[in-house]
Amino acid sequence: MVEFLRFRDDVPHEEPAVTLDAFLGQTNATAVRLESDEDARKLLPQLGQLALIEIAFPKFRDGRGYSAARILREAGYEGELRAAGDVLVDQIPLMRRCGFDSFVPEAAIDPAALERALGRYDDVYQKAADGRSPVWALRHG
Amino acid sequence: MKILTGNDLGTGDVVWWTGSDWSRHVADAVDVDNHGEAIAAAEEAARRVNAPYVIDAEQTPQGPRPGHIKDRIRAAGPTVRLDLNIKPADPAAGSWVI
Amino acid sequence: MYKYDQYDQAIVDARVEEFRDQVQRRLAGEISEDQFKPLRLMNGLYLQLHAYMLRVAIPYGTLDSRQMRMLAHIARKYDKDYGHFTTRQNLQYNWIKLEDAADILADLASVEMHAIQTSGNCIRNISSDQFAGAAADEVTDPRPWAELLRQWSTFHPEFSYLPRKFKIAVIAAEEDRAAVKLHDIGLQIHRNDAGELGFRVFVGGGMGRTPMVAPVIREFLPTADFVSYMEACLRVYNRYGRRDNIYKARIKILVHEIGAEEYARQVEEEWAHVKTLGLDPPAGEFERIAAHFAPPAFEGGLSDDLDRTDPDFALWLDQNVKAHKQPGYAIVNISLKPVSGIPGDASSAQIDLMADLAERYSFDELRVTHAQNIVLPHVKKADLYTIWQQLEANGLATPNLDLISDIIACPGLDYCSLANARSIPVAQKIADRFAGLDRQRDLGELKLKISGCINACGHHHAGHIGILGVDRKGTENYQLLLGGSGAEDASLGRITGPGFDEDGVVDAIERTVEKYRELRTEGERFLDTYRRVGMDPFKEAIYG
Repeated sequence: MVEFLRFRDDVPHEEPAVTLDAFLGQTNATAVRLESDEDARKLLPQLGQLALIEIAFPKFRDGRGYSAARILREAGYEGELRAAGDVLVDQIPLMRRCGFDSFVPEAAIDPAALERALGRYDDVYQKAADGRSPVWALRHG
Repeated sequence: MKILTGNDLGTGDVVWWTGSDWSRHVADAVDVDNHGEAIAAAEEAARRVNAPYVIDAEQTPQGPRPGHIKDRIRAAGPTVRLDLNIKPADPAAGSWVI
Repeated sequence: MYKYDQYDQAIVDARVEEFRDQVQRRLAGEISEDQFKPLRLMNGLYLQLHAYMLRVAIPYGTLDSRQMRMLAHIARKYDKDYGHFTTRQNLQYNWIKLEDAADILADLASVEMHAIQTSGNCIRNISSDQFAGAAADEVTDPRPWAELLRQWSTFHPEFSYLPRKFKIAVIAAEEDRAAVKLHDIGLQIHRNDAGELGFRVFVGGGMGRTPMVAPVIREFLPTADFVSYMEACLRVYNRYGRRDNIYKARIKILVHEIGAEEYARQVEEEWAHVKTLGLDPPAGEFERIAAHFAPPAFEGGLSDDLDRTDPDFALWLDQNVKAHKQPGYAIVNISLKPVSGIPGDASSAQIDLMADLAERYSFDELRVTHAQNIVLPHVKKADLYTIWQQLEANGLATPNLDLISDIIACPGLDYCSLANARSIPVAQKIADRFAGLDRQRDLGELKLKISGCINACGHHHAGHIGILGVDRKGTENYQLLLGGSGAEDASLGRITGPGFDEDGVVDAIERTVEKYRELRTEGERFLDTYRRVGMDPFKEAIYG
C-alpha cells in the first residue's frame, strides 16, 4: 500500500507548505497549501516563486480542487501540484488530467488498483491540463 | 419489537435477520431488542448484507409486520405488480401492506 | 443516428471493465459501501427498495431497433421482463443483481450504449426534443450538439465531483418539448438577425424542493465557442456552488443567490480566459457528428391522404399522430399510459414490437420522450393503419397523448427508497376515473404530473395539474398543485391547500376539471383558464 505518490522526476520539495494567508503576507515562501474554499487565482501574481502547491480535499465529494488545479496549470504553473486528503484511487486519473502530479491520500492506496485505473483509458474526450490529445484532435489529425 | 433488515450485497434482495442468518421472508424475522446495530455492523463487515438498518415492527399471528409502509412494501413487493411479489398474487397482500 | 467510431467504442468498453473492477473490489471487501456508492452511482446503479436499480442512458432520447431489442433482451435475461422509461429519456431496470451489472454493461456496450453518468454529482444524460429531425418547427436538428455535449461531458476531469447533479437539455424549436427552462442548463438553438445559428442559454432552472424557471444568461452564443462556454458555466458552478447543504447545492441556488446577471458576468469573465485554451473542437468535428444525423432518404411525391373510415384509427390519428416536416410522413407517438397500466413501463415483448415497427416503418429510429412515451419519428402516412393495428394488438395504441390520462409519474414508494408516498396507484386511479375518451378529449390538453416525494422526479411543479405525495405521520398524503408548465410557457404550479388521501385527491381533481369546464371559453385549455381566472374559483370548488 502506498501513502505518497509522486509523478515527477525532480527532487521532492522539502519546505513545509504555509497557509494562503501566510503566503500572501510573507513573500518568500516557496510552498503553499490551499484549502478547498480558497481561491487559487490569488496565487497567480506570485506563481513563479512557488515549487509546491498543496490542495486540500477534505472530502472526496468536494470537487473544487479539480478546478483550482486546472486554473494553476492554465496560468503556467509548472511546480509540484499535490492533492492531499480524502483522495480515492478511482479519482486519481481525473486528478492527473487536471494537473496534479503528487498525492498524499488519507488512506493508503493499493498500487495494483492504481495501475489498473491509470492505464484504463487509452483516449479522452476533452482537452485538459495533462497535454493529452482529445479524440476530436485525433480524429482530425 | 425491533427487527433488522437490509439487502443482500450481491443480489440486492431484501433480507431480514432470523437470529442466525438472513431470510427473504419477513415472517422469519426475530426481535433483535437492542442488539440490532451490533449485529448490523458485524454482518455488514462480513459482507453478508448491504445497508442494514433496524426498524420497529409489530408481532402478529402471521409474524412481524413492519411499522412503516415503506418496509411493508419492501417485505411484500410493489403494490402495483402483485405478480412480482414475494408471495405472488397473495390475496391478503393488499390489506397487509396498506 | 450517431454511430460510434473506434474511439467511442474503446471508451465505453473500457468503462465496462473499470466498473467490473470496481464491483469486484466491493464484493471482495477491498472497498466499503461508502466508497463504492459514488462509483456505482456514477454508473447509474442505485440500491432501491427491492433490489439494485440500473439506469441506462438513452442519449438525447434517440435509439435504433438493435439498441431497443437489447433493452428487451436485458429485461428478459437479467430483470423481470420489463423496463421503465423515465422523464430524462433513460430506461430503468428495477431488479438488478450487483453480480450481473458488469455483464449487462457489456451487453449494452455491444450496441453502443452505456449507463455512464446516469447518476452522481456530474453532468447527466443530455436530453433533447423527441421530434428532433422530424418537427416542422425546428431551425436545425439539435442532436449533433447534444452528441458533442455527450462526448465533452463524459468523464470530464474537472466536473465529475460537482456540488450536485447537473442536467442539460438542447432543443432547436420554438415549442419546448424537453422542458429546457427546468434544467440546470437549457439550450435553445435559434437564428440571429444575420441568419446565423446560436444558442439561447438558460441557466438555473430545476424542480426539486426549490423549483425555479431558468433565466436567460445569454441571448446568443455563437456555435463555434459552444464547448468553452459550457466549460466556463460549469467552472463557475464547481467553484462557487454551495457545498454546505445538499438541498442548496444545485446551480439554481447559486444563480438565484448571486443573481442571473452576476452569474452571467462571472461566466463571461471565465469564458474570456478559457476560450483561449483551445478547448473547442474544430468545426470539422461538429460536421463529422452532424453527418450522422443527416435526414433519412425520404420518398418524394407521397400522398397525405388517409383512410379514416375506422373510427378507432381516426381517433388515434387525431390524438397521437403529429405533423412531420416531410410531406407524406408523420410522427407517431406510442403511449405508454394504458388505463390501469404503469406510466412508462413496457414489457420486453412490447419493447421488441416497437423495435420491429421502427425497423420496418421508421428508418430504424425510435425516440423516448420526457413524458415517458415512445416515438416513431419518420413514418409514411400510408403505413399508419398497419402500425396502428399492431400497436392496438399489443396494448400500445391508447389514444391519449397530452390528455389527462397521459400522466407523468415517478416510480414512487412502490420502488424508490427516497419516496414518501406511492405515485403509480394514484396515476392509475385518475386514469380509471377519466377512462372515457370522450370525456378526456373534451377536457383537451391537460398535463398531469405526479411525484412521490419532494425531489420532483415526476415533475409535479410543471404539471397543469400536479400532485406531490408526502408522508403525514406515517400515512400517504397528496398535495394538489395547479398552473405549472414545462413547455415554452414554463411556470410553476401552486399548492391548492391542505392535502388529501389517495381517493380524496382523485375527487379533488374531478372537481377541478369540472370547474374548468364551467369557466372555460371556446378553445381555452385548462392551463389558460387557470391563468385567466386564478386559483380562487378552483380552491372553492375543491374545498367548498
